[in-house]
Amino acid sequence: MTLTASIRTRLSPQFTLDTSLVAPPGITILFGASGSGKSTLLRAIAGLTTPDAGRIAVGDRVLFDASATVNLPPQQRHVGYVFQHLALFPHLSARRNLMYGLHGTSKNEQHARVDDIARRFHIDALLDRKPGALSGGERQRVALARALVTDPQILLLDEPLSALDHATQSRIIDDLRAWNAAHKIPVLYVTHAHREVFALGERVVVLNDGRILASGTPHDVINLPAHEAIAQLAGFENVFPAVVVSRRTDRGVMQCALGDSRTDLEVPLGVADVGASLRIAVRAGDILLATDAPRGLSARNQLPGTLLGLAAEGTRVIATVLAGERFTVHLTTGAVETLGLHAGMPVWIVLKTHSCHIVSLS
Amino acid sequence: MNSGIDWQAISLSVRLAVVVVSILLVAGVPLAWWLTFRRRQWSFLIEAVVALPLVLPPSVLGFYLLVAMGSNSVLGRTWAAITGHPLAFTFEALVLASLLYSLPFVVQPVAAAFAQVDRTLLEASATLGRSDMQTFLRVILPLSRDGILAAAVLGFAHTLGEFGVVLMVGGNIPGVTRTVSLSVYDQVQSFEFDAANRTALLLLGFSLLALAAVYGLLRRPWAVSATP
Repeated sequence: MTLTASIRTRLSPQFTLDTSLVAPPGITILFGASGSGKSTLLRAIAGLTTPDAGRIAVGDRVLFDASATVNLPPQQRHVGYVFQHLALFPHLSARRNLMYGLHGTSKNEQHARVDDIARRFHIDALLDRKPGALSGGERQRVALARALVTDPQILLLDEPLSALDHATQSRIIDDLRAWNAAHKIPVLYVTHAHREVFALGERVVVLNDGRILASGTPHDVINLPAHEAIAQLAGFENVFPAVVVSRRTDRGVMQCALGDSRTDLEVPLGVADVGASLRIAVRAGDILLATDAPRGLSARNQLPGTLLGLAAEGTRVIATVLAGERFTVHLTTGAVETLGLHAGMPVWIVLKTHSCHIVSLS
Repeated sequence: MNSGIDWQAISLSVRLAVVVVSILLVAGVPLAWWLTFRRRQWSFLIEAVVALPLVLPPSVLGFYLLVAMGSNSVLGRTWAAITGHPLAFTFEALVLASLLYSLPFVVQPVAAAFAQVDRTLLEASATLGRSDMQTFLRVILPLSRDGILAAAVLGFAHTLGEFGVVLMVGGNIPGVTRTVSLSVYDQVQSFEFDAANRTALLLLGFSLLALAAVYGLLRRPWAVSATP
């Protein structure tokens, strides 16, 4: 069964959510910055907010149709919803939380279903505890299990793992995948963390300013961003305006001048004529720093510059280098120590042609 | 009244407070629910009416109630037609007056407790297939337990201690409308200071004990909240 949601809803004079989403069985990531309309879309699908216009259906079952005045209440939509802050009932044990959505069946059956899902999500030892006595990851599992034990026709997840460490995240994601393999329903997973996009999604839909900007595999959409908004969302720390100076069709490359700085970069050939304006996106982790002019390297872009500053962020060091434009470069602490890097020293920036991504203005 | 303590007045006051609080909880909890979860544009008017006894001098409220209960009023005549005796200066008149007078002391703490309940819990309940009524009984009520308990204690204590309204509509008739606060007043007026002291001390001790018991019991076992 496939979820289709075409909705239009005006949230403020400046902001209208206008999307047409198709989510087949499996995990679909809904990716976008906060305020892009992701949560509103989920709430509309669950029936927690009523859109101005459009249609929402799961397979043939219409949940909402403005033109036919169909608007099922949340109770009748059979949607599993995991809220950003989980919304576990604090006065009920984990078991009672799980049983909450199982009404109309016998107590024995309810306990059996709770025990079954609890095993799948590894919370069987925690069922007698109240949410206040559970860790963050455990609560996340209970919330997932509570949504899934009711056998929903679609599952909606609103940034459910954002507060967890990476290891805990990936274990929960594995359990969710295993469950989804057995229950082939559409899973809509909202996130603004690009790391989760690769960990989870077969498909990603990028939402920006209430509109769908792109959709496809994470690799196509996030790794090779076609829009600047996606590049920024997807964690490309460096996005520069540039003008095409020359094209080498035979070599599959072109030269671009960065901003006003007249610094040239060799980038992969794109559909842009000489003189055209475009933007070039580079990940901070794809840039090398050298203290001497590099020799014997395959990388085609080697720019002299000045190290403006170093800032530690956890075990990673973020360097700012002025080389025509201001570049953000991610380094390891070891690299900073070995090279004796300090602010003010001359450095070279080394950048592969294929680390430069051309993004259109949008 | 040789023992000094007016047991008749005390038992009457307790009876009055129990009846009033019971009725107020039955009526006030749905009213608080409506004010919290089903707000209309004119809800503030209802809130103002409910809160009126907080600012109105009890004698003013008592005066209008007395007029409303008089044998010339619609209420007074209807009551007399049904029961065969006038409404004013009866125990029923005290109950009616106390209901109005103590209403805000019950509705406001309950409404405040309801407002504290995380709205996403109610949405979660809806997505799990539960009706508004079930959500109210299974989520809102248990999570507002402390507020409802506080409302009951406040309503009880307030009814027990009221003076002006009771004097106006009750008329201080021993065994019928003489409450404990009126009894203390009478004892002081007739210079029975020892008796007044014993009654007052009993009331003070009881009130302190009741409040201490409630605040001692008000403990949220889920205080280490699940909401991050």
